[in-house]
Amino acid sequence: MTPFTFARAADAAQAVALGAHPQARYLGGGTNLVDLMRETIEKPASLVDVSGLSSTIEERDDGSLLIGAAARNTAVAEHRAVRTRFPVLSRAIVAGASAQIRNMATVGGNLLQRTRCNYFYDDEGSRCNKRTPGQGCDAVDGFNRIHAILGASPACVATHPSDLCVALAALGAIVHLQGTTGTRTLPLTDLHRLPEDHPERDTMLAPGELITAIALPALDFAAQSTYRKVRDRASYAFALVSVAAALDIEDGTIRDVRLALGGVAHKPWRAWRAEELLKGQPANTDAFMAAADAELHDAKPLRDNGFKIDLAKRTLVAVLGSLTQQATKGASA
Amino acid sequence: MPITINGSPTPVPDDPRVSLLDLLREHLHLSGAKKGCNQGACGACTVLVDGHERILSCLALAVQYEGRSITSIEGLGANGALHPLQQKFVDHDGFQCGYCTPGQICSAVGMAAELKRGVPSNVTADFAAEVIALTPDELRERMSGNLCRCGAYNGIVAAIGEEYAEVAR
Repeated sequence: MTPFTFARAADAAQAVALGAHPQARYLGGGTNLVDLMRETIEKPASLVDVSGLSSTIEERDDGSLLIGAAARNTAVAEHRAVRTRFPVLSRAIVAGASAQIRNMATVGGNLLQRTRCNYFYDDEGSRCNKRTPGQGCDAVDGFNRIHAILGASPACVATHPSDLCVALAALGAIVHLQGTTGTRTLPLTDLHRLPEDHPERDTMLAPGELITAIALPALDFAAQSTYRKVRDRASYAFALVSVAAALDIEDGTIRDVRLALGGVAHKPWRAWRAEELLKGQPANTDAFMAAADAELHDAKPLRDNGFKIDLAKRTLVAVLGSLTQQATKGASA
Repeated sequence: MPITINGSPTPVPDDPRVSLLDLLREHLHLSGAKKGCNQGACGACTVLVDGHERILSCLALAVQYEGRSITSIEGLGANGALHPLQQKFVDHDGFQCGYCTPGQICSAVGMAAELKRGVPSNVTADFAAEVIALTPDELRERMSGNLCRCGAYNGIVAAIGEEYAEVAR
Protein backbone atom coordinates (compact mmCIF):
# COMPACT_ATOMS: atom_id res chain seq x y z
CA MET A 1 0.00 0.00 0.00
CA THR A 2 1.34 3.43 -0.83
CA PRO A 3 1.27 5.97 2.03
CA PHE A 4 -1.85 8.10 2.47
CA THR A 5 -3.35 10.48 4.99
CA PHE A 6 -6.57 9.59 6.77
CA ALA A 7 -9.38 11.91 7.85
CA ARG A 8 -12.79 11.15 9.26
CA ALA A 9 -15.59 13.36 7.92
CA ALA A 10 -18.07 14.64 10.50
CA ASP A 11 -20.69 15.53 7.89
CA ALA A 12 -21.21 15.54 4.13
CA ALA A 13 -20.06 19.15 3.71
CA GLN A 14 -16.78 18.40 5.42
CA ALA A 15 -16.42 15.20 3.40
CA VAL A 16 -16.73 16.97 0.04
CA ALA A 17 -14.34 19.70 1.18
CA LEU A 18 -11.78 17.05 2.08
CA GLY A 19 -12.64 15.00 -1.01
CA ALA A 20 -12.02 17.88 -3.42
CA HIS A 21 -8.36 16.92 -3.69
CA PRO A 22 -7.82 15.00 -6.97
CA GLN A 23 -5.93 12.19 -5.22
CA ALA A 24 -8.50 11.80 -2.43
CA ARG A 25 -10.88 8.85 -2.19
CA TYR A 26 -13.92 8.30 -0.01
CA LEU A 27 -13.76 5.27 2.27
CA GLY A 28 -16.89 3.34 3.25
CA GLY A 29 -16.47 -0.18 4.58
CA GLY A 30 -13.21 -0.58 2.68
CA THR A 31 -14.00 -4.10 1.48
CA ASN A 32 -13.06 -3.25 -2.09
CA LEU A 33 -10.94 -0.11 -1.80
CA VAL A 34 -8.56 -1.45 0.87
CA ASP A 35 -8.01 -4.56 -1.22
CA LEU A 36 -7.30 -2.51 -4.35
CA MET A 37 -4.91 -0.28 -2.40
CA ARG A 38 -3.04 -3.31 -1.13
CA GLU A 39 -2.71 -4.47 -4.74
CA THR A 40 -1.53 -0.91 -5.59
CA ILE A 41 -4.25 -0.64 -8.22
CA GLU A 42 -5.68 2.27 -6.22
CA LYS A 43 -3.10 4.71 -4.89
CA PRO A 44 -4.97 7.54 -3.15
CA ALA A 45 -2.96 10.25 -1.41
CA SER A 46 -5.70 10.69 1.14
CA LEU A 47 -8.70 8.75 2.41
CA VAL A 48 -11.80 10.50 3.63
CA ASP A 49 -13.72 8.16 5.90
CA VAL A 50 -17.43 8.68 5.22
CA SER A 51 -18.61 5.55 7.02
CA GLY A 52 -19.85 7.67 9.93
CA LEU A 53 -22.24 9.74 7.77
CA SER A 54 -25.96 9.05 7.47
CA SER A 55 -26.86 5.38 7.69
CA THR A 56 -30.55 5.79 8.50
CA ILE A 57 -33.26 4.01 6.55
CA GLU A 58 -36.22 6.33 6.45
CA GLU A 59 -39.75 5.31 5.45
CA ARG A 60 -41.25 8.45 3.96
CA ASP A 61 -44.92 9.42 3.72
CA ASP A 62 -44.98 9.13 -0.06
CA GLY A 63 -44.14 5.43 0.23
CA SER A 64 -40.53 5.88 -0.75
CA LEU A 65 -37.53 4.73 1.24
CA LEU A 66 -34.43 6.87 1.78
CA ILE A 67 -31.30 4.90 2.59
CA GLY A 68 -28.27 6.78 3.93
CA ALA A 69 -25.18 5.91 1.88
CA ALA A 70 -23.32 4.73 4.98
CA ALA A 71 -25.98 2.10 5.78
CA ARG A 72 -24.31 -1.29 5.92
CA ASN A 73 -25.50 -3.93 3.48
CA THR A 74 -26.73 -6.16 6.32
CA ALA A 75 -28.74 -3.31 7.84
CA VAL A 76 -30.55 -2.77 4.54
CA ALA A 77 -31.12 -6.48 3.91
CA GLU A 78 -32.65 -7.05 7.35
CA HIS A 79 -34.79 -3.91 7.42
CA ARG A 80 -38.45 -4.91 7.66
CA ALA A 81 -39.71 -2.41 5.08
CA VAL A 82 -37.08 -3.56 2.59
CA ARG A 83 -37.85 -7.23 3.21
CA THR A 84 -41.60 -6.86 2.83
CA ARG A 85 -41.99 -4.01 0.32
CA PHE A 86 -38.81 -4.37 -1.76
CA PRO A 87 -37.75 -8.00 -1.23
CA VAL A 88 -35.69 -7.97 -4.45
CA LEU A 89 -33.26 -5.64 -2.68
CA SER A 90 -32.92 -7.81 0.43
CA ARG A 91 -32.48 -10.89 -1.73
CA ALA A 92 -29.88 -9.25 -3.96
CA ILE A 93 -27.85 -8.14 -0.95
CA VAL A 94 -27.77 -11.53 0.74
CA ALA A 95 -26.86 -13.13 -2.60
CA GLY A 96 -23.65 -11.11 -2.58
CA ALA A 97 -20.30 -11.59 -0.80
CA SER A 98 -20.20 -13.17 2.66
CA ALA A 99 -21.91 -12.17 5.90
CA GLN A 100 -18.69 -10.61 7.21
CA ILE A 101 -18.33 -8.44 4.10
CA ARG A 102 -22.01 -7.48 4.14
CA ASN A 103 -21.57 -6.30 7.74
CA MET A 104 -18.71 -4.01 6.69
CA ALA A 105 -19.75 -2.82 3.25
CA THR A 106 -21.77 0.37 2.85
CA VAL A 107 -24.46 0.95 0.25
CA GLY A 108 -22.59 3.94 -1.20
CA GLY A 109 -19.42 1.90 -1.48
CA ASN A 110 -21.27 -0.96 -3.10
CA LEU A 111 -22.33 1.36 -5.92
CA LEU A 112 -18.72 2.37 -6.50
CA GLN A 113 -16.98 -0.99 -6.33
CA ARG A 114 -14.66 -1.73 -9.20
CA THR A 115 -14.85 -4.64 -11.61
CA ARG A 116 -13.60 -8.09 -10.64
CA CYS A 117 -12.05 -8.66 -14.08
CA ASN A 118 -8.93 -10.76 -13.41
CA TYR A 119 -6.88 -8.67 -15.82
CA PHE A 120 -7.83 -5.47 -14.02
CA TYR A 121 -6.46 -7.00 -10.81
CA ASP A 122 -3.31 -8.40 -12.44
CA ASP A 123 -1.30 -5.23 -12.12
CA GLU A 124 2.06 -6.78 -12.98
CA GLY A 125 1.13 -9.28 -15.65
CA SER A 126 -1.69 -7.92 -17.79
CA ARG A 127 -2.70 -4.97 -19.86
CA CYS A 128 -5.87 -3.16 -18.80
CA ASN A 129 -7.39 0.03 -20.17
CA LYS A 130 -9.41 0.51 -17.01
CA ARG A 131 -6.31 0.41 -14.82
CA THR A 132 -3.95 2.16 -17.24
CA PRO A 133 -5.82 4.08 -19.97
CA GLY A 134 -4.53 3.35 -23.48
CA GLN A 135 -2.58 0.27 -22.44
CA GLY A 136 -4.79 -2.27 -24.19
CA CYS A 137 -7.06 -5.04 -22.91
CA ASP A 138 -5.89 -8.60 -22.36
CA ALA A 139 -9.41 -9.79 -21.52
CA VAL A 140 -10.79 -9.27 -25.04
CA ASP A 141 -8.75 -12.19 -26.38
CA GLY A 142 -8.03 -13.83 -23.05
CA PHE A 143 -9.89 -15.98 -20.57
CA ASN A 144 -13.16 -14.10 -20.70
CA ARG A 145 -15.73 -16.52 -19.37
CA ILE A 146 -16.91 -14.03 -16.73
CA HIS A 147 -16.97 -11.00 -19.01
CA ALA A 148 -19.60 -8.83 -20.67
CA ILE A 149 -22.01 -9.84 -23.42
CA LEU A 150 -23.87 -6.53 -23.63
CA GLY A 151 -22.62 -2.97 -24.14
CA ALA A 152 -18.91 -3.85 -24.17
CA SER A 153 -16.33 -2.04 -26.32
CA PRO A 154 -13.04 -3.08 -27.93
CA ALA A 155 -11.37 -1.21 -25.05
CA CYS A 156 -13.09 -3.05 -22.20
CA VAL A 157 -15.24 -6.13 -21.65
CA ALA A 158 -15.40 -5.93 -17.85
CA THR A 159 -18.62 -6.36 -15.89
CA HIS A 160 -19.95 -4.49 -12.88
CA PRO A 161 -19.81 -6.89 -9.92
CA SER A 162 -22.62 -5.62 -7.69
CA ASP A 163 -25.79 -7.58 -6.91
CA LEU A 164 -27.33 -4.74 -4.92
CA CYS A 165 -27.09 -2.39 -7.92
CA VAL A 166 -29.04 -4.80 -10.12
CA ALA A 167 -31.95 -4.65 -7.69
CA LEU A 168 -31.64 -0.86 -7.45
CA ALA A 169 -31.70 -0.59 -11.25
CA ALA A 170 -34.91 -2.63 -11.41
CA LEU A 171 -36.49 -0.54 -8.66
CA GLY A 172 -35.68 2.76 -10.38
CA ALA A 173 -33.59 3.95 -7.45
CA ILE A 174 -32.45 7.57 -7.30
CA VAL A 175 -28.92 8.39 -6.17
CA HIS A 176 -28.44 11.53 -4.07
CA LEU A 177 -25.14 13.30 -4.65
CA GLN A 178 -23.27 16.15 -3.03
CA GLY A 179 -20.32 18.07 -4.42
CA THR A 180 -18.56 21.29 -3.58
CA THR A 181 -21.00 23.22 -5.78
CA GLY A 182 -24.21 21.70 -4.43
CA THR A 183 -26.43 18.65 -4.52
CA ARG A 184 -28.13 16.75 -7.34
CA THR A 185 -29.85 13.45 -7.99
CA LEU A 186 -29.24 10.85 -10.67
CA PRO A 187 -31.22 7.72 -11.56
CA LEU A 188 -29.15 4.67 -10.61
CA THR A 189 -29.40 3.53 -14.23
CA ASP A 190 -27.55 6.72 -15.25
CA LEU A 191 -24.88 6.51 -12.54
CA HIS A 192 -22.78 3.80 -14.17
CA ARG A 193 -21.65 4.07 -17.77
CA LEU A 194 -20.71 1.78 -20.62
CA PRO A 195 -16.97 1.57 -21.25
CA GLU A 196 -16.75 2.99 -24.80
CA ASP A 197 -13.29 4.55 -25.19
CA HIS A 198 -12.95 5.45 -21.52
CA PRO A 199 -13.24 2.33 -19.37
CA GLU A 200 -11.19 4.08 -16.67
CA ARG A 201 -14.40 5.97 -15.87
CA ASP A 202 -16.89 3.66 -14.14
CA THR A 203 -19.51 6.29 -13.37
CA MET A 204 -20.90 9.70 -14.28
CA LEU A 205 -19.85 11.18 -10.93
CA ALA A 206 -18.02 14.50 -11.11
CA PRO A 207 -14.59 14.52 -9.45
CA GLY A 208 -15.01 14.66 -5.69
CA GLU A 209 -18.76 14.09 -5.81
CA LEU A 210 -20.09 12.07 -2.86
CA ILE A 211 -23.03 9.66 -2.78
CA THR A 212 -25.07 10.68 0.28
CA ALA A 213 -28.22 8.54 -0.04
CA ILE A 214 -30.22 6.23 -2.28
CA ALA A 215 -33.98 6.68 -2.62
CA LEU A 216 -36.35 3.88 -3.57
CA PRO A 217 -39.47 5.48 -5.08
CA ALA A 218 -42.79 3.98 -4.00
CA LEU A 219 -43.61 0.94 -6.11
CA ASP A 220 -46.52 -1.14 -4.86
CA PHE A 221 -45.83 -4.20 -6.96
CA ALA A 222 -42.23 -4.37 -5.76
CA ALA A 223 -43.69 -6.47 -2.94
CA GLN A 224 -43.82 -9.14 -5.67
CA SER A 225 -40.18 -9.08 -6.59
CA THR A 226 -37.21 -11.36 -6.41
CA TYR A 227 -33.56 -11.83 -7.33
CA ARG A 228 -31.90 -14.89 -8.82
CA LYS A 229 -28.16 -15.25 -9.11
CA VAL A 230 -26.38 -17.91 -11.14
CA ARG A 231 -22.76 -18.52 -10.20
CA ASP A 232 -20.01 -21.12 -10.20
CA ARG A 233 -20.58 -22.20 -6.61
CA ALA A 234 -23.64 -22.13 -4.39
CA SER A 235 -22.50 -19.22 -2.24
CA TYR A 236 -19.87 -16.50 -1.96
CA ALA A 237 -19.10 -16.00 -5.66
CA PHE A 238 -19.75 -13.25 -8.17
CA ALA A 239 -22.61 -13.64 -10.61
CA LEU A 240 -22.20 -15.19 -14.02
CA VAL A 241 -25.70 -13.90 -14.66
CA SER A 242 -28.30 -12.51 -12.31
CA VAL A 243 -31.85 -11.23 -12.70
CA ALA A 244 -33.79 -8.75 -10.56
CA ALA A 245 -37.49 -8.68 -11.31
CA ALA A 246 -40.79 -7.27 -10.07
CA LEU A 247 -44.06 -8.29 -11.68
CA ASP A 248 -47.58 -6.85 -11.55
CA ILE A 249 -50.18 -9.24 -12.96
CA GLU A 250 -53.93 -8.76 -13.21
CA ASP A 251 -56.18 -11.53 -14.54
CA GLY A 252 -53.24 -13.24 -16.17
CA THR A 253 -52.08 -10.09 -17.96
CA ILE A 254 -48.86 -8.24 -17.22
CA ARG A 255 -49.81 -4.77 -16.04
CA ASP A 256 -46.29 -3.67 -15.19
CA VAL A 257 -42.85 -5.22 -14.87
CA ARG A 258 -39.34 -4.28 -13.81
CA LEU A 259 -36.30 -6.23 -14.99
CA ALA A 260 -32.56 -5.83 -14.65
CA LEU A 261 -29.61 -8.12 -15.38
CA GLY A 262 -26.30 -8.46 -13.56
CA GLY A 263 -23.02 -10.04 -14.64
CA VAL A 264 -23.58 -9.17 -18.29
CA ALA A 265 -22.34 -5.60 -18.75
CA HIS A 266 -20.15 -2.75 -17.53
CA LYS A 267 -23.18 -1.47 -15.62
CA PRO A 268 -26.28 -2.95 -14.01
CA TRP A 269 -28.38 -3.67 -17.11
CA ARG A 270 -31.96 -2.46 -16.92
CA ALA A 271 -33.91 -4.56 -19.42
CA TRP A 272 -35.98 -1.71 -20.84
CA ARG A 273 -36.69 -3.52 -24.11
CA ALA A 274 -38.04 -6.63 -22.42
CA GLU A 275 -40.15 -4.55 -20.05
CA GLU A 276 -41.80 -2.66 -22.92
CA LEU A 277 -42.55 -5.87 -24.79
CA LEU A 278 -44.07 -7.55 -21.75
CA LYS A 279 -46.49 -4.83 -20.69
CA GLY A 280 -50.03 -5.80 -21.65
CA GLN A 281 -49.00 -9.32 -22.67
CA PRO A 282 -50.32 -12.52 -21.12
CA ALA A 283 -48.06 -13.76 -18.34
CA ASN A 284 -46.91 -16.94 -20.02
CA THR A 285 -43.70 -18.62 -21.12
CA ASP A 286 -44.06 -17.59 -24.78
CA ALA A 287 -44.23 -13.91 -23.84
CA PHE A 288 -41.34 -14.27 -21.41
CA MET A 289 -39.21 -15.99 -24.05
CA ALA A 290 -39.98 -13.36 -26.67
CA ALA A 291 -38.99 -10.61 -24.25
CA ALA A 292 -35.79 -12.41 -23.24
CA ASP A 293 -34.86 -12.95 -26.90
CA ALA A 294 -35.40 -9.27 -27.65
CA GLU A 295 -33.35 -8.12 -24.66
CA LEU A 296 -30.41 -10.34 -25.60
CA HIS A 297 -30.74 -9.71 -29.35
CA ASP A 298 -27.65 -7.48 -29.45
CA ALA A 299 -25.58 -9.65 -27.13
CA LYS A 300 -22.09 -10.38 -28.46
CA PRO A 301 -20.22 -13.39 -27.16
CA LEU A 302 -16.48 -13.40 -26.58
CA ARG A 303 -14.38 -16.55 -26.88
CA ASP A 304 -15.46 -18.09 -23.56
CA ASN A 305 -18.71 -16.46 -22.49
CA GLY A 306 -21.24 -17.34 -25.21
CA PHE A 307 -23.05 -19.53 -22.68
CA LYS A 308 -24.13 -16.39 -20.84
CA ILE A 309 -26.54 -15.41 -23.60
CA ASP A 310 -28.70 -18.50 -23.19
CA LEU A 311 -28.18 -18.47 -19.45
CA ALA A 312 -29.46 -14.91 -19.20
CA LYS A 313 -32.51 -15.76 -21.30
CA ARG A 314 -33.30 -18.89 -19.33
CA THR A 315 -32.86 -17.10 -16.01
CA LEU A 316 -35.13 -14.24 -17.11
CA VAL A 317 -37.84 -16.69 -18.19
CA ALA A 318 -37.49 -18.76 -15.02
CA VAL A 319 -37.70 -15.74 -12.69
CA LEU A 320 -40.74 -14.32 -14.48
CA GLY A 321 -42.33 -17.77 -14.34
CA SER A 322 -41.73 -18.08 -10.64
CA LEU A 323 -43.13 -14.60 -9.91
CA THR A 324 -46.20 -15.45 -12.02
CA GLN A 325 -46.70 -18.64 -10.08
CA GLN A 326 -46.44 -16.74 -6.80
CA ALA A 327 -48.96 -14.16 -7.99
CA THR A 328 -51.40 -16.82 -9.14
CA LYS A 329 -51.08 -18.61 -5.83
CA GLY A 330 -51.58 -15.34 -3.96
CA ALA A 331 -54.67 -14.44 -5.98
CA SER A 332 -56.36 -17.79 -5.41
CA ALA A 333 -55.51 -17.90 -1.69
CA MET B 1 -9.60 7.33 21.42
CA PRO B 2 -8.14 3.82 21.67
CA ILE B 3 -9.45 0.58 20.18
CA THR B 4 -10.49 -1.88 22.87
CA ILE B 5 -9.11 -5.29 22.00
CA ASN B 6 -10.27 -8.20 24.11
CA GLY B 7 -11.00 -5.71 26.88
CA SER B 8 -7.66 -3.88 26.73
CA PRO B 9 -7.41 -0.33 25.35
CA THR B 10 -4.95 -0.22 22.48
CA PRO B 11 -3.69 2.96 20.82
CA VAL B 12 -4.64 3.47 17.18
CA PRO B 13 -1.51 2.90 15.03
CA ASP B 14 0.14 6.04 13.69
CA ASP B 15 0.28 4.63 10.17
CA PRO B 16 -3.26 4.41 8.75
CA ARG B 17 -2.14 1.57 6.45
CA VAL B 18 -2.07 -0.90 9.36
CA SER B 19 -4.93 -3.34 9.00
CA LEU B 20 -6.87 -4.51 12.00
CA LEU B 21 -5.41 -7.96 11.36
CA ASP B 22 -1.82 -6.69 11.42
CA LEU B 23 -2.59 -4.71 14.57
CA LEU B 24 -3.71 -7.96 16.22
CA ARG B 25 -0.99 -10.22 14.89
CA GLU B 26 2.10 -8.04 14.49
CA HIS B 27 1.60 -5.31 17.10
CA LEU B 28 -0.20 -7.25 19.84
CA HIS B 29 1.08 -10.76 19.01
CA LEU B 30 -2.43 -12.16 19.07
CA SER B 31 -1.93 -14.81 16.43
CA GLY B 32 -5.37 -16.44 16.60
CA ALA B 33 -6.85 -14.52 13.68
CA LYS B 34 -5.05 -15.79 10.57
CA LYS B 35 -3.80 -14.08 7.45
CA GLY B 36 -5.09 -16.69 5.04
CA CYS B 37 -5.67 -14.76 1.82
CA ASN B 38 -5.44 -11.14 3.04
CA GLN B 39 -8.08 -10.19 0.47
CA GLY B 40 -11.42 -11.10 1.98
CA ALA B 41 -11.84 -14.48 0.34
CA CYS B 42 -11.24 -17.01 3.14
CA GLY B 43 -12.64 -15.73 6.46
CA ALA B 44 -9.66 -16.91 8.56
CA CYS B 45 -9.20 -13.37 9.93
CA THR B 46 -12.79 -13.01 11.18
CA VAL B 47 -13.17 -11.09 14.45
CA LEU B 48 -16.13 -9.56 16.29
CA VAL B 49 -16.95 -5.86 16.64
CA ASP B 50 -18.77 -4.81 19.81
CA GLY B 51 -19.10 -8.46 20.77
CA HIS B 52 -21.42 -9.69 18.06
CA GLU B 53 -20.76 -8.24 14.60
CA ARG B 54 -18.43 -10.41 12.52
CA ILE B 55 -16.05 -8.66 10.15
CA LEU B 56 -12.90 -9.46 8.19
CA SER B 57 -9.95 -7.88 9.98
CA CYS B 58 -7.76 -8.13 6.85
CA LEU B 59 -9.97 -5.70 4.89
CA ALA B 60 -10.35 -3.34 7.85
CA LEU B 61 -7.96 -0.49 8.45
CA ALA B 62 -7.36 -0.40 12.21
CA VAL B 63 -7.97 3.35 12.25
CA GLN B 64 -11.57 2.77 11.10
CA TYR B 65 -12.29 0.99 14.39
CA GLU B 66 -11.15 3.76 16.70
CA GLY B 67 -13.36 3.78 19.78
CA ARG B 68 -14.84 0.38 19.01
CA SER B 69 -14.45 -2.89 20.83
CA ILE B 70 -12.87 -5.87 19.04
CA THR B 71 -13.00 -9.49 20.19
CA SER B 72 -10.66 -12.03 18.65
CA ILE B 73 -10.59 -15.73 19.46
CA GLU B 74 -8.22 -14.98 22.37
CA GLY B 75 -10.92 -12.88 24.04
CA LEU B 76 -13.85 -15.21 23.53
CA GLY B 77 -13.52 -17.58 26.49
CA ALA B 78 -13.92 -16.19 30.01
CA ASN B 79 -11.25 -16.60 32.72
CA GLY B 80 -9.21 -19.16 30.87
CA ALA B 81 -12.19 -21.42 30.18
CA LEU B 82 -13.20 -22.36 26.66
CA HIS B 83 -16.16 -20.60 25.09
CA PRO B 84 -18.98 -23.16 24.80
CA LEU B 85 -18.60 -23.16 21.01
CA GLN B 86 -14.86 -23.86 21.32
CA GLN B 87 -15.76 -26.95 23.38
CA LYS B 88 -18.26 -28.02 20.71
CA PHE B 89 -15.54 -27.79 18.05
CA VAL B 90 -13.41 -30.12 20.20
CA ASP B 91 -16.33 -32.50 20.79
CA HIS B 92 -17.22 -32.73 17.09
CA ASP B 93 -13.75 -32.66 15.52
CA GLY B 94 -14.58 -29.31 13.91
CA PHE B 95 -11.04 -29.00 12.55
CA GLN B 96 -8.07 -30.90 11.29
CA CYS B 97 -5.12 -28.49 11.00
CA GLY B 98 -6.92 -25.77 12.97
CA TYR B 99 -5.83 -22.85 10.81
CA CYS B 100 -9.35 -21.68 9.96
CA THR B 101 -10.80 -22.48 13.39
CA PRO B 102 -10.45 -19.08 15.15
CA GLY B 103 -12.19 -17.44 12.20
CA GLN B 104 -14.84 -20.16 12.04
CA ILE B 105 -15.65 -19.76 15.73
CA CYS B 106 -15.76 -15.95 15.75
CA SER B 107 -17.84 -16.08 12.59
CA ALA B 108 -20.31 -18.53 14.13
CA VAL B 109 -20.75 -16.32 17.20
CA GLY B 110 -21.63 -13.43 14.89
CA MET B 111 -23.84 -15.70 12.81
CA ALA B 112 -25.88 -16.64 15.88
CA ALA B 113 -26.44 -12.96 16.70
CA GLU B 114 -27.63 -12.31 13.13
CA LEU B 115 -29.98 -15.27 13.26
CA LYS B 116 -31.39 -14.09 16.57
CA ARG B 117 -32.18 -10.72 14.98
CA GLY B 118 -33.91 -12.50 12.10
CA VAL B 119 -31.46 -11.45 9.35
CA PRO B 120 -32.46 -13.43 6.23
CA SER B 121 -29.97 -15.38 4.12
CA ASN B 122 -29.73 -16.43 0.50
CA VAL B 123 -31.50 -19.73 1.30
CA THR B 124 -34.29 -18.24 3.43
CA ALA B 125 -37.60 -18.97 1.71
CA ASP B 126 -39.82 -16.40 3.42
CA PHE B 127 -38.21 -12.98 3.79
CA ALA B 128 -41.19 -11.71 5.78
CA ALA B 129 -40.62 -14.34 8.48
CA GLU B 130 -39.71 -12.96 11.91
CA VAL B 131 -38.04 -16.17 13.03
CA ILE B 132 -35.69 -18.24 10.90
CA ALA B 133 -34.71 -21.77 11.95
CA LEU B 134 -31.06 -22.80 11.77
CA THR B 135 -31.45 -25.64 9.27
CA PRO B 136 -28.29 -27.28 7.92
CA ASP B 137 -28.78 -25.31 4.68
CA GLU B 138 -29.10 -22.03 6.58
CA LEU B 139 -26.03 -22.85 8.63
CA ARG B 140 -23.89 -23.72 5.62
CA GLU B 141 -25.01 -20.63 3.67
CA ARG B 142 -24.44 -18.32 6.64
CA MET B 143 -20.96 -19.76 7.21
CA SER B 144 -19.97 -19.72 3.53
CA GLY B 145 -17.52 -16.87 4.12
CA ASN B 146 -15.27 -19.22 6.10
CA LEU B 147 -13.31 -21.74 4.08
CA CYS B 148 -11.72 -24.89 5.50
CA ARG B 149 -9.12 -26.43 3.24
CA CYS B 150 -8.97 -29.62 5.33
CA GLY B 151 -12.64 -30.07 4.56
CA ALA B 152 -13.69 -30.44 8.19
CA TYR B 153 -17.07 -29.01 7.28
CA ASN B 154 -19.14 -31.86 8.66
CA GLY B 155 -17.61 -31.41 12.11
CA ILE B 156 -17.88 -27.63 11.87
CA VAL B 157 -21.56 -27.82 10.95
CA ALA B 158 -22.22 -30.33 13.75
CA ALA B 159 -20.47 -28.17 16.36
CA ILE B 160 -22.22 -24.94 15.39
CA GLY B 161 -25.55 -26.66 14.85
CA GLU B 162 -25.48 -28.18 18.32
CA GLU B 163 -24.38 -25.00 20.06
CA TYR B 164 -26.97 -22.79 18.40
CA ALA B 165 -29.85 -25.23 17.89
CA GLU B 166 -32.04 -23.16 20.18
CA VAL B 167 -31.16 -19.69 18.90
CA ALA B 168 -34.05 -19.13 16.53
CA ARG B 169 -36.79 -20.77 18.56
